[in-house]
Amino acid sequence: MNKAYFEVLRAGVNTTIQDKGRDHLYHIGIAASGAIDKRNYILCNKLVGNNLDEAVIEFAYQGPLLKLKNGRINVSITGDIIFNIIRKDSNVENGICYKNYILEDEDEIDLISTKNTAYGYLSISGGFELEKTWNSYSINTKANVGPNNGKKYSLKDKIFIKEPNLQTVKEKKIDYKEIPDNIIRVIKGTNFDYFSKEAQNSFFSQDFSVTKLVDRMGIRLSGNELENTVSTNIKSEGLVRGAIQVPADGNPIIMLSDHGTIGGYPKIGVVISADLDRVGQLTPGSVINFKEVSLEEAQNIFKSYADDTNRYLDECN
Amino acid sequence: MIKNILNLGDTAVYCDFGVEVNETINASVIVYFHHISELIKDKKIEGITNLTPSYNKLIISFDLTITNYKKIKNFVEGLNIGKNIKNNNQKVKIPVCCDDEYGLDFSRLVEKLNIDKNKILELYLDKEYFCYMTGFIAGMPFLGDLNENIRCDRLETPRVKMPKGSVGITEQFANIYTFESPGGWNIIGNTPKKIFDDKNLDQPALINPGDKVIFYQITKEEYLNWNE
Repeated sequence: MNKAYFEVLRAGVNTTIQDKGRDHLYHIGIAASGAIDKRNYILCNKLVGNNLDEAVIEFAYQGPLLKLKNGRINVSITGDIIFNIIRKDSNVENGICYKNYILEDEDEIDLISTKNTAYGYLSISGGFELEKTWNSYSINTKANVGPNNGKKYSLKDKIFIKEPNLQTVKEKKIDYKEIPDNIIRVIKGTNFDYFSKEAQNSFFSQDFSVTKLVDRMGIRLSGNELENTVSTNIKSEGLVRGAIQVPADGNPIIMLSDHGTIGGYPKIGVVISADLDRVGQLTPGSVINFKEVSLEEAQNIFKSYADDTNRYLDECN
Repeated sequence: MIKNILNLGDTAVYCDFGVEVNETINASVIVYFHHISELIKDKKIEGITNLTPSYNKLIISFDLTITNYKKIKNFVEGLNIGKNIKNNNQKVKIPVCCDDEYGLDFSRLVEKLNIDKNKILELYLDKEYFCYMTGFIAGMPFLGDLNENIRCDRLETPRVKMPKGSVGITEQFANIYTFESPGGWNIIGNTPKKIFDDKNLDQPALINPGDKVIFYQITKEEYLNWNE
């Protein structure tokens, strides 16, 4: 029997495989990687009945056009995505996110674009046939780590499927509501006092715009150049997802999943865990404001964010 | 020893060993790193996702769904750290081509340091460097210390794409960009040597903390014909 796979008929902007990411490698300089929007990644797996840590396809802005070969699969899309399912007989169905679909042999799924966000996710029941590198399926295109030789997918690539012959499939959906919010909550960073009083105030009161320099490593902002009165360099030290570094030009950079593990610019703040999914979805031109919260508040906000995620998961059962 | 413990956001403990950079402080960081790594392997502590040692800091990242800042901080404060340092360090020689097409920032360095290119290279090559840490990108070594006359700040605006193999300097340190990546160091050359091998899952980095490194200059022809 021939193996089932997706044939890539259009690659999209940045189509990769992601999962929860890889741990315990920062000390040799390997980023955690993993889905940028962890909640949408988890929900995507849930909608097709997978373990929540199964590998999915992550795409950015314009997604891929994929043709199913030699199989019958159960698929779901999460995010804020415009997509079509093109049946073998050329019949086109407008896709709806947060529900599952059956794809028959030779059907296509056209992930046309994200709306006001950067990333979307595609999961299939049983997952993809891939090998783990350092205990994760995540592709890190900067270090060329992970499946597909650590590269994003290109035209004519094949993405192989583990369980291609589903018989009965349960219908699942989630009534997902994301309320747009441009406030990003931050805990003061370890170098907060490197910045002038004026810069400290403007960091928490003025608008920042997302520039075009946005990828899975990080987001460069512009708006108020933040004046540093101590030193624009620190001795390089470890970074975390969400850390906000400010280089000498005064424009903040927020670290995302593929971030460098070490950095030498002062850290003015760190985005709280509960807001990281939302930060990762920011697109060029978005305007955001930072709001200070304490560690204790951040922990409470995270707990209620995780509770919300769990409610969505329960709804899907 | 740890002088201060802080939180870095809501998912990391920031252990501060001081502000100076020297081999003694770095050795102390590395001892903590090895000690905690063993405890993680033996499942004596749960929820830690990463340890990031650097010159004089150790950052302990954790999973907020499993643990929290207070628990990890208490754990670190309760550690009984021995003094045994693993010593299996090696000496590594790195070829570097410093022609102007690879040494991207010589004009900046000449202007800032007020010495000519040949002198910069002479001072750079005449030294055995110590590897304090690896990171930022996979396998990138942070080496020191540079001769005092060739120390210079980072670029005002980091480059979006630093070519793979770029050999950089900033302050008292030298490094090698093991992959194309953004970066802010002053680039003085490029090495054709493979510094990180992701096919070697156990020991992917050619240079590891504690190793000694020597750079030697090669011609453009040798660079282009480099074969491993």
